[in-house]
Amino acid sequence: MKLITAIIKPFKLDDIKSALQAYGITGMTVSEASGFGRQRGHTEVYRGAEYTVDLVPKVRLEVLVDSPEAEAVIDLIVKAASTGSIGDGKVWSTPVDQVVRVRTGERGSDAI
Amino acid sequence: MHFDTGDTAWILVAAALVLLMTPGLAFFYGGMVRGKNVLGMLAQNFVTMGIVSVLWITGVYSLAFSGKGKLIGDLHQFGLNHIWQQATGFEALTIPPLVFCAFQLMFAIITPALITGGSADRMKFSAWVVFSAVWLVIVYAPVAHWVFSPSGWLFKLGALDFAGGTVVHANAGAAALALVLVLGKRKGWPKERMRPHNVPFVLLGAGLLWFGWFGFNAGSALGANTLSAFAFVNTNTATGAALLAWILTEKIRDGHATTLGAASGAVAGLVAITPACGFVSPMGSIAIGIAAGVICCLATGLKNKFKFDDALDVVGVHLIGGILGALLIGFLGTKMTNSAGANGVFYGGGWTLLGHQTVAVAAVVAYSFIVTYILAKILDKVMGLRISEEDEVAGLDLSIHAETAYENSSFSDGSRFLSSSHQSAN
Repeated sequence: MKLITAIIKPFKLDDIKSALQAYGITGMTVSEASGFGRQRGHTEVYRGAEYTVDLVPKVRLEVLVDSPEAEAVIDLIVKAASTGSIGDGKVWSTPVDQVVRVRTGERGSDAI
Repeated sequence: MHFDTGDTAWILVAAALVLLMTPGLAFFYGGMVRGKNVLGMLAQNFVTMGIVSVLWITGVYSLAFSGKGKLIGDLHQFGLNHIWQQATGFEALTIPPLVFCAFQLMFAIITPALITGGSADRMKFSAWVVFSAVWLVIVYAPVAHWVFSPSGWLFKLGALDFAGGTVVHANAGAAALALVLVLGKRKGWPKERMRPHNVPFVLLGAGLLWFGWFGFNAGSALGANTLSAFAFVNTNTATGAALLAWILTEKIRDGHATTLGAASGAVAGLVAITPACGFVSPMGSIAIGIAAGVICCLATGLKNKFKFDDALDVVGVHLIGGILGALLIGFLGTKMTNSAGANGVFYGGGWTLLGHQTVAVAAVVAYSFIVTYILAKILDKVMGLRISEEDEVAGLDLSIHAETAYENSSFSDGSRFLSSSHQSAN
């Protein structure tokens, strides 16, 4: 099993979600995140005083999948998340030792 | 005594409009502070409504408007005794004296409330209660008497102030400057980010102020007539012009026309037209509005240059705006608007009026600054003006009032994630 984590542009969330649902993914976790990479922050101006915000708002998306599906899911996310400009984000996968569905106690791939 | 029911009805409504300005001001300021201090700001404004309402009726109205003294009134109408008599010099009014007293009360409420924009985020609530009460008696009452009462020395001199450019705005602005010099800077200013936590509140407050200001300015005609119509139209016109001038200045200087700038410009225009609205023409009010929008916008940078932490720009908007409006009457005043007024430089009146306006502005600003500074120093010794550093970090809402404005207080500074650095363009 793999945990796929994607940091994406917030406005791309709907496209990615639709693509993953069409593929047959049954669940995901989404949270708001902030950070920086190559993309710079932004500047706000209040009565002439400038405030530079270093961290850029992003969405963090997590999906648990069976190992054989990981590459396909990563490709789907990358394709849907891409705009070609700086700040499109990153996608990575990590191995997962164990998964338990809390309601039934199912373990491993059955719990995904 | 003849009372006109139309005049009376209008001034009663105008008084209610002016009252609404103080909650409006609370939101205007409240949106500009950080989320951990918004209730502290609202509370200081709201409590002022309570304090002044009681003190005004008890004796301060009498000190401001009763008697023949040049410097201060008397206690003839203490506790609203003899309130069936018109205030000295207002014998020709066509509204009951008690209506005049109620209308003037609302001015006395908002004037100290304006000062809270300077002292924001760091003053004890208890210290504010005592400060505003004493300030009302020893600063507001005499200044209102000098300028508004026909017995007052500046009124007798011939200085013009239709609705309180000197009495309310320059007065509060000078007091705010004195108070922030005694209080000191907010912890972290100017290095730390202190951005407005709710700009929509600021716009809401500015809208309420604009609305209430019709009572303030058009009501100052003390009747429902052509003069009140001039004051109404001049107020609205100058405000619109100042709003446009402020955002244009920002656009040229910073590259963006901001919502906060639009709200600030409107208030700067309202301030500057206040003394002039019953003495100038509508075209003159456009000139005043443009001057206020540009100059007040630039004046908000003074605090960065001279390192005084006037948190929400009471100096830049109210002191500078009030002075500007009062002085521009000296150029733009015309008897065509108000036969009881005077002609300024541009209307063939020569420099006399401008001289009188300058004396009035200098006297009010100097008196307010000096007396407020001494009062603040004394209160600081006696009870301490400032909250502890720990309380300042926690915020006024939690440390003073045991409340929080928002459910997730960790977001109160905008967002817990959004660390940033601050720099100033000025």
